[in-house]
Amino acid sequence: MASPVPVKEKKLMDMKLGELPGWILMRDFTPRGIAGAFQRGYYPYYNKYVNVKKGNVAGISMVLAAYVLFNYCRCYKELKHERLCKYH
Amino acid sequence: MNENLFASFATPTMMGLPIVILIVMFPSILFPSPNRLINNRLISLQQWLVQLTSKQMLAIHNHKGQTWALMLMSLILFIGSTNLLGLLPHSFTPTTQLSMNLGMAIPLWAGTVITGFRHKTKASLAHFLPQGTPIPLIPMLVIIETISLFIQPMALAVRLTANITAGHLLMHLIGGATLALMNITTSVALITFIILILLTILEFAVALIQAYVFTLLVSLYLHDNT
Repeated sequence: MASPVPVKEKKLMDMKLGELPGWILMRDFTPRGIAGAFQRGYYPYYNKYVNVKKGNVAGISMVLAAYVLFNYCRCYKELKHERLCKYH
Repeated sequence: MNENLFASFATPTMMGLPIVILIVMFPSILFPSPNRLINNRLISLQQWLVQLTSKQMLAIHNHKGQTWALMLMSLILFIGSTNLLGLLPHSFTPTTQLSMNLGMAIPLWAGTVITGFRHKTKASLAHFLPQGTPIPLIPMLVIIETISLFIQPMALAVRLTANITAGHLLMHLIGGATLALMNITTSVALITFIILILLTILEFAVALIQAYVFTLLVSLYLHDNT
């Protein structure tokens, strides 16, 4: 199961499915690590969808959709009680 | 239903960690900084809007007041974008919290008042007594003008909080009513749904108008004092 290349140096797209939990646990979850990951992810997205000659509304609406999803996950605990069902 | 109504105004936590700072900083991602002479469409649109607003808002000020241009423009951008983002489903609006609005209103108002007292002391003190008041009324009028001066930051903060909170609450209530009525009378639920749509349009307008009013009033206080 152990691959010749150590898990830590591989990128996400090169991972096999079985190695994914190990990869997630090795990530840097300090605030500095999260900020670094955010910076690393911001520029590819920005240059692909927004910073183009004929950008359209898809660039920011994907960001807003992700924001809505994030907030939904945040409030799921309270929203669980508002489902339409007979017995809560 | 009663507890759920106010749950969306609670401080957002995710797995026990308060993430309210992340949510307050989120609108800054939507305003990228211009790098070039001709930018992409998003930045060009935002630049055009900022120029339109700043020309209109700073026209009444003299040179000293126009040094506040950056402050006023970032204020209106922040409040406008935060209010508009709050209209997305399930999102948290920082401007519904009185603490944050007081934190914005009091320093800005105090800045304008202190600027006035430092540079034009006599004129600033003269604001406390309107021209042409009868002599017996002077003490009372000075007291009233002082009270009205100190109420300005409170009014700024509470106006923003109350407007946005009331709008969100009304949308929650009418949405809940529509859902509840849907199984009973579909036609009444349709009417309620139309009311909800109109209310949402109103909320979009209110979001922008409140930002404008806040900034305009700060700019007015500044104009009085420079």
